[in-house]
Amino acid sequence: MIKFFLTLVFSITMSFSSTRANLAYITNEKDNTVSVIDIKKKKVINTVKVGQRPRGIIMSKDGKLVLICASDDDRVEVRDAKTMKLKYHLPSGPDPELFILSPDDDTLYIANEDDAMVTVVDMNDKMIIDDIPVGVEPEGMGLTNNGKLLVNTSETTNMAHFINAETLEIVENVLVDARPRVAMFTPDDKEVWVSAEIGGTVKVINPSSKEVTHTIGFEIPGVNEESIQPVGVRHTNDGKYTFVALGPANRIAVIDQKTKKVIKYLLVGQRVWQLAFTPDQKTLLSTNGVSNDVSFINVDKLKVEKSIKVGRFPWGVVIGPN
Amino acid sequence: MRAKFFLIITICITFSFPFFVDVRELSIQQLEERKKADEERKKQREKRGEKKFQKEIILTTDIVFVSKERELPPVLSNLDPILEDEGFYGVKLAIEDNLTTGRFLGHDYKVEFHRILLEENLETEFGKLLQKGKKFFVVDLNEEELLSLMKIPEIDDVIVFNIRAKNDSLRNENCRKNFFHIPPSYSILSDALTQYLVKKKWKKWFLVTGPDKNDRIYSDALKSSAKKFNIKIKEEKIWDFTADLRRTAGKEVPIFTKGANYDVLVVADEDGEFGEYLAYRTWDPRPIAGTQGLKPNSWHRTHEQWGATQMQNRFRRESGRWMTEVDYHAWTAVRAIGETITRTQTNDVEEVQKYLLGEKFGLGAYKGVKVSFRPWNGQLRQPVLLAAPRSMVSVSPQEGYIHPVSELDTLGKDQPESTCKF
Repeated sequence: MIKFFLTLVFSITMSFSSTRANLAYITNEKDNTVSVIDIKKKKVINTVKVGQRPRGIIMSKDGKLVLICASDDDRVEVRDAKTMKLKYHLPSGPDPELFILSPDDDTLYIANEDDAMVTVVDMNDKMIIDDIPVGVEPEGMGLTNNGKLLVNTSETTNMAHFINAETLEIVENVLVDARPRVAMFTPDDKEVWVSAEIGGTVKVINPSSKEVTHTIGFEIPGVNEESIQPVGVRHTNDGKYTFVALGPANRIAVIDQKTKKVIKYLLVGQRVWQLAFTPDQKTLLSTNGVSNDVSFINVDKLKVEKSIKVGRFPWGVVIGPN
Repeated sequence: MRAKFFLIITICITFSFPFFVDVRELSIQQLEERKKADEERKKQREKRGEKKFQKEIILTTDIVFVSKERELPPVLSNLDPILEDEGFYGVKLAIEDNLTTGRFLGHDYKVEFHRILLEENLETEFGKLLQKGKKFFVVDLNEEELLSLMKIPEIDDVIVFNIRAKNDSLRNENCRKNFFHIPPSYSILSDALTQYLVKKKWKKWFLVTGPDKNDRIYSDALKSSAKKFNIKIKEEKIWDFTADLRRTAGKEVPIFTKGANYDVLVVADEDGEFGEYLAYRTWDPRPIAGTQGLKPNSWHRTHEQWGATQMQNRFRRESGRWMTEVDYHAWTAVRAIGETITRTQTNDVEEVQKYLLGEKFGLGAYKGVKVSFRPWNGQLRQPVLLAAPRSMVSVSPQEGYIHPVSELDTLGKDQPESTCKF
């Protein structure tokens, strides 16, 4: 009853505030909540109770649905993006961590960290249609624009697994550096960048030849090598920059997407992991797990504008398309 | 090695992976639900017919795990079960991890488990395994047993991973180029603890040493750490009471600790013969650290950072109990072999040894930074967890201790102090 009342209050407040406001959604791993941020105002406008240990978070292409990996509940929550009301659960297999939707929003690919599997879920039937055995502790998920080639990284096996999204079979496995966390295709699909947290590098792989073309390392004066731990990767659509979150180095590296040279390091909060752009790509948000805040980065000026407090251990971030 | 208790389990690698039952350490109900769902999934998968990426096997590596039956010491605490399978599940889990990677590369791993019985001779039995041509050994043995292994002439042609002995002598005067040491040495542990106590400004110690040889060795390491970090040992005592403290600790400990001016009581009692009974019974209200109280560890059940939750879950699912330090060392040893073979594409002993000691080697081992081997003595570089029985307190090296090569080398004997010569 109380729960019902709360959701009612939430839905009322949300429907007032959500008139075309650009919203960011942050999963707080330790609090079991999602913080909803008004990007213009740079303010948390709502905090919603969700399932246990929320980590990966994405949205449907139309911006109507928010999907959350509730890792300790072994399922995916699907919520209404406006009201944040729970619509339904999706089966996910054990310990879902990160996931990605097909371009048509029909298929969901989930990395099951505890289970060495990628689970494939039909979004319409809300059923598991297949699972693909991959390396130990799968995490990062990347997909080409046409939805045909899927890349999954496995943290303990240290590989990027290339999966044919039509046949759901592995076509190639590429060895990368230790503890690969995120795989991200460039906007033109000609490269996939894989960050290795313990290895301290980002490998650039050519998806057709499956060869590593570049290995990007990081050096920050005054920061020891061991605390440089690349995780989140985001490319700008104009092909200019790539941003890489460096974990306990507390910085985001700005890389020239073409030359693969590091241009700048931006100091944000502590243990920065995941990143997300606003739709116009003028602002980048980062989740800083240890300082419990989210930083706003001005992409044109390459400057950190503000950091705001969210819940405990902010993990994932997603921003609506409108 | 005779038949009766003689345990050889050969995990034959069919590359058809067994499906593991999934359990998280959540509620019993959640656990049951998950099991049910898993069975359902398994059925579904069988219906669909499994698709598996499988490269043709091009390289097979045999790993041997050797442990020894021991006479059990009398234990003062009745709380913790005495484990006779330490290391076993660590090896098993790491082999599965190696195989998962191996499946994509065409690398196969096989493992044999040998337990040497009380009445058997270690050197003879080990010699037999060497004659069979085994090359990679993970051994759960103490310092003396390791020293006796070093006497076998053929031992130089194989690689041995020590997963139990913390003695500094094995990393110094008695070091061998082909012996790798996963456990942090006593001097690493004592430095890790001391760095934290310095940070807390608890710089006046009361040092209590137990009656056993390893207690004295640990105590010596603590004394060197005290010297290194400018700690004053205000009082030093040997615990030589033989009485069972369960009934009398309340009377004996206050008198034993009376009169000294100290910040923290540091205890070296490896077998837990009296250390547990010091807390709350000292004359003055003081915290306990060392082998009891705040303890430096390579692994601990309260450890959950840097993906450790996944490791703890996988281990408990497999074994039904918590992962111990020896289990963690066994896992790390087998993964170190796997990581090297994955990167070098060979299981030639010399190549593997070279790679393990080289700069390129780095393993993710749930410690936040990569672990690697010190090239001068084969000791694993690793962060040390400082934990109370039910909470993680800190991780050393502490902030501010810097080193030109690796901050992890601020712990224990660094290269210039090492007496190891390969």
